[in-house]
Amino acid sequence: MKHELFPWLILFLPLLSVVVITLFTLRSRNVSSLISIGAIVIGFILSVIFICANGFQFSGETTVNWLSIGGLQIDFGLKLDTLSMMMLLIVTGVGGAIHIYSYGYMDHDRSKARFFAFMSLFTFSMLGIVLANNFLMMFIFWELVGVSSYLLIGFWFEKPSAGDAAKKAFITNRLGDFGFLAGILMVWGLVGSLNFTVAQDAVKWDPAIFEKLGTLAGLLIFCGAVGKSAQFPLHVWLPDAMEGPTPVSALIHAATMVAAGVYMLCRVLFLFNADALQVIAYIGGFTALLAALIAVQQNDIKRILAYSTLSQLGYMVMSVGLAGPTPAMFHLTTHAFFKALLFLGAGSVIHALHEEQDIWKMGGLRDKMGITFWTFLIGTLALSGVPPFSGFYSKDSILGHALEQHNYLLFAVGAGIAGLTTFYMFRLFYVAFVGKPRTEAAGHAHESPAVMTLPLIVLALFALIGGVIGINAIYNLQFAPGEHAGSMVQNLIEPFKASPIGALIGIGCVAAGFFAARALYKDAATDPLPAKLGGLATAMKNKFYFDEFYEATFIRAHDFIAAVADWIDRWILEGAIIGTIRGGTDLTGRALRLVQTGNLQTYAFLFVLGVALLLYFVLGK
Amino acid sequence: MHVGLEQYLTVSFLLFSLGLLGVIMRRNLLVIYMSLELMLNAANLALVAFSRFNNNLNGQILVFFIITVAAAEVSVGLALIVALYRKRQTAHVEDLTSMKL
Amino acid sequence: MEAINNLLGGSAVPDVLFYVFAAFTLLCGVLVIANPFSRNPVTSAMFLVLTIISMAGLFVLLHAFFLAAVQILVYAGAVIVLFLFVIMLLDLKEEQRRRIKMFGIVAGLISVGTILAIFLKSLNATNLNAQSSPTIEGGTAALGKLLFTQYVLPFEVVSVLLLVAMIGVILLSKKDLK
Repeated sequence: MKHELFPWLILFLPLLSVVVITLFTLRSRNVSSLISIGAIVIGFILSVIFICANGFQFSGETTVNWLSIGGLQIDFGLKLDTLSMMMLLIVTGVGGAIHIYSYGYMDHDRSKARFFAFMSLFTFSMLGIVLANNFLMMFIFWELVGVSSYLLIGFWFEKPSAGDAAKKAFITNRLGDFGFLAGILMVWGLVGSLNFTVAQDAVKWDPAIFEKLGTLAGLLIFCGAVGKSAQFPLHVWLPDAMEGPTPVSALIHAATMVAAGVYMLCRVLFLFNADALQVIAYIGGFTALLAALIAVQQNDIKRILAYSTLSQLGYMVMSVGLAGPTPAMFHLTTHAFFKALLFLGAGSVIHALHEEQDIWKMGGLRDKMGITFWTFLIGTLALSGVPPFSGFYSKDSILGHALEQHNYLLFAVGAGIAGLTTFYMFRLFYVAFVGKPRTEAAGHAHESPAVMTLPLIVLALFALIGGVIGINAIYNLQFAPGEHAGSMVQNLIEPFKASPIGALIGIGCVAAGFFAARALYKDAATDPLPAKLGGLATAMKNKFYFDEFYEATFIRAHDFIAAVADWIDRWILEGAIIGTIRGGTDLTGRALRLVQTGNLQTYAFLFVLGVALLLYFVLGK
Repeated sequence: MHVGLEQYLTVSFLLFSLGLLGVIMRRNLLVIYMSLELMLNAANLALVAFSRFNNNLNGQILVFFIITVAAAEVSVGLALIVALYRKRQTAHVEDLTSMKL
Repeated sequence: MEAINNLLGGSAVPDVLFYVFAAFTLLCGVLVIANPFSRNPVTSAMFLVLTIISMAGLFVLLHAFFLAAVQILVYAGAVIVLFLFVIMLLDLKEEQRRRIKMFGIVAGLISVGTILAIFLKSLNATNLNAQSSPTIEGGTAALGKLLFTQYVLPFEVVSVLLLVAMIGVILLSKKDLK
């Protein structure tokens, strides 16, 4: 393997950046940001060189022996194959663009250095997940990513809502990680090793390993993805996570961290048997539908994009459940491009309108913020799945795969969601960007500086061509070797050749959504939907009351248990046990005090006791 | 019941306990001293009883000496009490607490 | 002496007398320490006299005639009188009723209980080897012979002790040492 050292460098440069910033340069904002940006951009360049030198078909591992306890051997190792190399490119590439964007976005913030330190910490953790070669290492970095997310969501900690959102994200993730850890332990028990390659070989040679407990182990591991990728029922943390700065939302909650769950599922696909996969598929589909419905009635631009992310993640998970890792990873890649683009564009708008996030207070931004307008339009078209943008190809591969598996229910759900996606995205676009400015602030908007618009343009380019440059084929190298890659022109018309019905139905739904949005929201002063849908619209706006439901049941139960524990601690442990010790010491003190009273009769009493003791022993009783 | 050594010893023990109770319970110095004398008397009784029932006169000699020494002790002790009373103006044992360890 | 011996020789009468004298001793002992009549120490002193006299009776029952006489002469006659003199000298009034201290009663009962328990247990456990019919007579002559031959040294020392006590008392009861 050429350039063997590169993966280690790529992984540890961001860590070095964190350490340097935290220890040395916290006071100088610009130097810290440059260190952080430098770390990730160098990582990207090194990844590119590495891939060019070794090719995508490469597969290898480098390990360092870390712990050896009893029968358990834990390495600290990096696994390099197509999947991880592609993820390297996504994380460092899209991440690098977002870092550069943040340089401009966080310019006025006085804690800019701290922000970049946390961003580098996140990069390090994410690269660790991507490059890990065994479950334990992945789990460690999994938790680290959660910590970075907590730190970044709660970055503006003076706002109580930010702190609450950070806690919510971390705790919800923890719930998922609990199941994940149980699943890892089960796998270790069944297979005997935590290393991915060893586990994969074990399953290949002896498929009966997972016979009895296979479904349970698979579902427990899926719990980790449920938490990290915000699937139902642990989806409640992602919308609240929008309290963090917009680049954070772009990087963590659109492009990379939430995708870690999907990545993990694809990495350990061999662990899931048919039943587990079915559950995964249906949960994914349900999440996608739920999130899309809620997004239709949201009014905060970042919330709409957050629910859109939830929905697209549901798509990816659904695809994994249908035993289609290639479409899932393909969609993950294109999603990274256009979702990051959309978030960064939203950030640009928010920045220009002085932290305004309500779409009903925007409008008419076409002339004032041209680059943002056009890149956001490209992102919207890509997300909606309009050909020839990248989103169309990735979504269609998922829908096509569903048809191949003859799962018509999920195909119908997927197609319907495509329509809903188009609907709410164009609702957003029409209300926020088109028409006349609705407020004065919107009237005074101006374009963002170049350091912010340049990443937008780069991402828009990839959102445009991502579908046809053969990402699909690269993933097939890992998951379905044998399928040959086509040229760009072939890729362009691939969907129509492979499953024309699916493609046409998809385009039909998209068109329906677009025209509905245009009809309702072009030149709309207020939202016309609540009037038409009444109660359903209110439910959508209130996120189908999931948070309230959790509050009433789980949080209450949790508080009750905590109160019981408090009672036990206060009365039984403290009162009885410690009280006894305290009383005993008190009594001893009082007894010993008698020696000091100076009272004659007390002394006489003590004499008598001494004599009695002596007599007792002398008389031999 | 034939009166033997045990009966005399029991009386002696009980008298001794009474004296002890008086020493610890009463708070007038003189009454405490009197209870002390009770205890001495109980010891005398035990000695005489032993001397009689073991056919040995040495016990009675010892009692003779004990009575003599007790007399000397009483005189000195009462002189001390008198001196103490002149100093402190009280014969109540709770007021005399300067002998702390 | 013969008459007394005859009286004492029988079995029943000395036993009855023993119980009478023993009960009287204990009763007066109780009254010394806790008399309900008055809290005057003089009352306690009076009951102490009665205790000593009944103890002299017990000595007689034990054939210790000399000691019985010495007991009444020295103890009842001199020691108690000394007590009464001091009470009068100090001019003690009736003791004021102070709050009954729980500590005194509890401590007293505990200590008395333990001592008594140990005594009685040891009494029951040991084999006393007592002569059932003792022959010794504590007459004056016998005691005097023993005293001036075998115990002559303690006898002399005790007289020195009495001298020392006298000097000490005189010194201690001086009003001012000028």
